[in-house]
This record gives sequence, C-alpha cells and structure tokens, in this order.
Amino acid sequence: MTDVLKINVMRLILAVAFLWGWEYAATAYKLSFYISRPSEIYARLLLWVGDGTLAKHLFVTIYVAISGFVLGSIAGLLVGLVLGRAKTLARVLDPFLMAFYSMPKVALAPVFVLWFGVDTSMKVIFVATVVFFLVFINTYSGVRNVSREQLTILRLMGASELNLLTKIVFPSALVWVFAGLRLSVPYSLIGTILGEMTATNKGLGYLLANTAGTFDTAGTFTTLFVIILLSMTFNGVVRVLEHVLMPWRIEHDAEEATI
Amino acid sequence: MVAGGGGLIRFEGINKTFNSGGRSLEAVGEINLTVQEGEVITLVGPSGCGKSTLLNMAAGLMKPTAGVVCYRGNPVTGLNRHVGYMTQSDHLLPWRSIAKNIAVPLEIKGLSRVKTSARVAELIDLVGLTGFESAFPTQVSGGMRKRAALARLLASDPETLLMDEPFAALDAQLRIAMQTELLRVREKFGKTILFVTHDPDEAISIADRCVIFSGRPGRIVRVLDTGLPRRRDLAKLRFEPEFLTLARGLWEQLTPDMHAEACS
Repeated sequence: MTDVLKINVMRLILAVAFLWGWEYAATAYKLSFYISRPSEIYARLLLWVGDGTLAKHLFVTIYVAISGFVLGSIAGLLVGLVLGRAKTLARVLDPFLMAFYSMPKVALAPVFVLWFGVDTSMKVIFVATVVFFLVFINTYSGVRNVSREQLTILRLMGASELNLLTKIVFPSALVWVFAGLRLSVPYSLIGTILGEMTATNKGLGYLLANTAGTFDTAGTFTTLFVIILLSMTFNGVVRVLEHVLMPWRIEHDAEEATI
Repeated sequence: MVAGGGGLIRFEGINKTFNSGGRSLEAVGEINLTVQEGEVITLVGPSGCGKSTLLNMAAGLMKPTAGVVCYRGNPVTGLNRHVGYMTQSDHLLPWRSIAKNIAVPLEIKGLSRVKTSARVAELIDLVGLTGFESAFPTQVSGGMRKRAALARLLASDPETLLMDEPFAALDAQLRIAMQTELLRVREKFGKTILFVTHDPDEAISIADRCVIFSGRPGRIVRVLDTGLPRRRDLAKLRFEPEFLTLARGLWEQLTPDMHAEACS
C-alpha cells in the first residue's frame, strides 16, 4: 500500500512540475501563441462547459465513435467467428481480406465522403470499417487458436457444434476479441476525429481544426485535453467490461509468477 | 474386416507408424488384445511404447497404420462416443470454475440446473474438492486439476473409461483413494477401464489384467492375469503376499537387464 502511495505522490509531483513549467515557460518567453497556457486552457474549459459548446461537440463525437465502434465490433465478431469455423471459405477470402487489412484505412476517408456525403453516417461507417478489421482479425485468430484437445474431449462427451461454440470457441476467443477491442478504442477515436476534421461543422475534430485554423491555441489545447479524457474513459470502460466478462483472466494475472 | 466375435474392444493386428521429417517410426506393432466388458486392464511399459497411441485408437482419434480396432464388434472409424478419455493433461476449460468444469458433460446432456448442481456437488465431494468449487483451474494445484478432470469424466458417465496416467500427479494417499473410487465405479456401474500407467504397483493393484509392453517399437510382452478379487482393499492389498508375488513378477518383466546383471 505504501508503494502505491509513493508512486501516486511522485506522479502528482511530476504533473504539478510539468504544469508549472509549462505556465512559466509560456509566460516568461511569450510562447502562449504556440503552446497556450494551463491557466488559459482551464479558463476555456470552464467557458465551454458553461456555454454548452463542449457538450454540443463532445456528444457528436461520442455518438459517432461509439456507434462506429459497436457496429464495427459486432460485424468483426460475426465475420471472425464464421470464417474461423469455415476453413475453406477463409482460405478463399484470405488474400482479399489481407489486402484490405493492410490498406491504411485513413486513405478511405475521401472515398467515403464521395459515397456517403459529409454527414454523421459517413463518419460512423468510416469508424466501423476501421474497427471491423481489428476486431475481425483478432476474433479470427482467436477462433483458430482454440485447443483441439479440449474440442475433442467435449466431442467425446457428445457435444454438438453449438455446444462447442458456446462452451469452448467463444469463451476462448474472447481473450483475443478483447485484444482487438482494446486496440480499436484509440482507432475509433482517430477515425471519428479525422472524419470530423475532413468534413463537418460539429464534433471535437471540427473544433480542433476550427480553433487551429483561427490561431486559437488555447481552444486547440482544450480540445486535445478533452479528447485525451474521452479516450481514457473509453479505455476504462473496455477494461471494466473485460473484468466482468473474463474473471478468470484477472485472477490469473493477480497470481505471482512461478515456473 | 471381420465383425463380431467376443469382447468389448478388440485390437486386431494393430500397427502404428508415425512419419516425421522423412523418417518413419514404428510406435507400436503386432498388437492383439481383447478387452472384456467390465474389465480393468492396465497398460504398463517404458515411455514411448505406444500405450497412449492404443487409447487414441480406441477413442477413434487415430487410425491404425495396419489392423483394426473393434468396439462391440464394429470397426472404430470415427470418434467413438462410447468412451470417455482422461489424458495426461487435464484439459479443463480455464474460463470455467472447477464446479462449472465438472458440469460441462451434464450441460451437454441437457440435465436440468437443479440435477446438474446436485450431481456436481456429489462429485466434488467424491474427489475431495470441497471448498474449491468456485476456484478457477489456474488457481488450484496440478493434483486438484487432475481430480477435477476425473470428476468431469465420471460426470460424463461413459461406458468405457480410457485413462492415461490419470493419477501420476497425486500423492500416495489420494492416489489410493482415487483408485478405490475407480474400482467402486467399475463395480457399481460395470464400467470397462483401459488404464495406462508408469507405476508398476498401480498396474497390478487395480487391474484384472495387466498388459506389459516392451520399449519402442511397443510390443505386448506378456498379459498378466492378476486373479485379484473385484472387491479389494487397496490400502491393505500392497502388503498381501499374492500382491507381492505379482509385483515382483512385473518388476522382473519390466527390468530384465538389471536382473540379469544382478544374478551374474
């Protein structure tokens, strides 16, 4: 416990020193045009919270990121499960999927604008596409890595294909699925913000582009700060979900390593 | 392929040769063995003499290179669902608690929740895992995992039990308790048991017949009829003269070279 306390105190000291150094440097060297100032950012945050600017843009971003994340995850999960079990189909599709997977999804943004316009649905589809591949690849690998011995033992017990799916394939793939989900969190935000920067007039991505475009450095940094908070919250939610759905993993991690 | 004839499991002229890296390796050969229903047969012999291979063939997981395995007179072609297999590693499902692992075969059979939990509680008690019901497999010792795997096997209640060194990781007292339980299950439900072991004492004490293998390529050297009663007290048995005679015979069979040296 004292260890945790010590670490936390050191973190606090580091954070305070960083903020103070930032504030000092910005004031002393007149750099606030480039790097703003913690006090200005704080004031701007209060202002935006007060006049509803933040809520307006934040909710749009959250909506897009979450809908894209959920849609992409479900699709990735389903396709990963199916292809993981259907070996021939997986072999046929493998090179095509790999081609798509290796393409930087960012490059799709202009095409998506062309196809779906600039409204919210374009961004949701864009995020879903990015998330889909990450979750799909991980689910697919997870299904492929299911222990054959465990499958055989359950088959000898008379298990049906459905039994095998629910009792072995899905739970054992879950570890992999979550690896994909965890990876997808920052990507869903990247996708959302990128989409919003490309084409729209709402969302944190728009706010970012707009404040930077008008040399409103404090606004830009405030937006960045909010984006960081949002990303950390998303990560936290996924981690909580992980603990709830895979309690055996946590118990295992908490143990001391032995050989 | 000749169907019919006696015995529950028949190994007829079995040979299994593995090909790896261009070399072919005969694991086991010239196996002819008939297992009667309700019999406990132990397979004993040096490592790598193909004992596990025979179990795999009886379960239909491996095909013999030559010969045929018959179960109830029918050649085993696919997965043999009349058998339950307990391998050397426990293969418990890590995401299920001990109790939930034992419940798997009952769930597959579609037993009601109430019946399942009652049966699981019985089995937990039987294998001495009381207090560990909700622990995950990674949280308990290897011996406990083995016991959970045994309980799961008993829950699945197959006609024939194929067991590959199931008790190797257990301490002596617990091993006797498990062996006793196994014989009790056999007695009560008329199970047939094929049991691979490295422990000569175990090979004799639980067996009706003990099949002794030579080193690779595995051949049956001798089939020892123990002549021990079906009901036996395993804790006392090891001090009985008839057991000692059998054990000495088996040791001599397993280590002929050492005996030759000692005599010369």
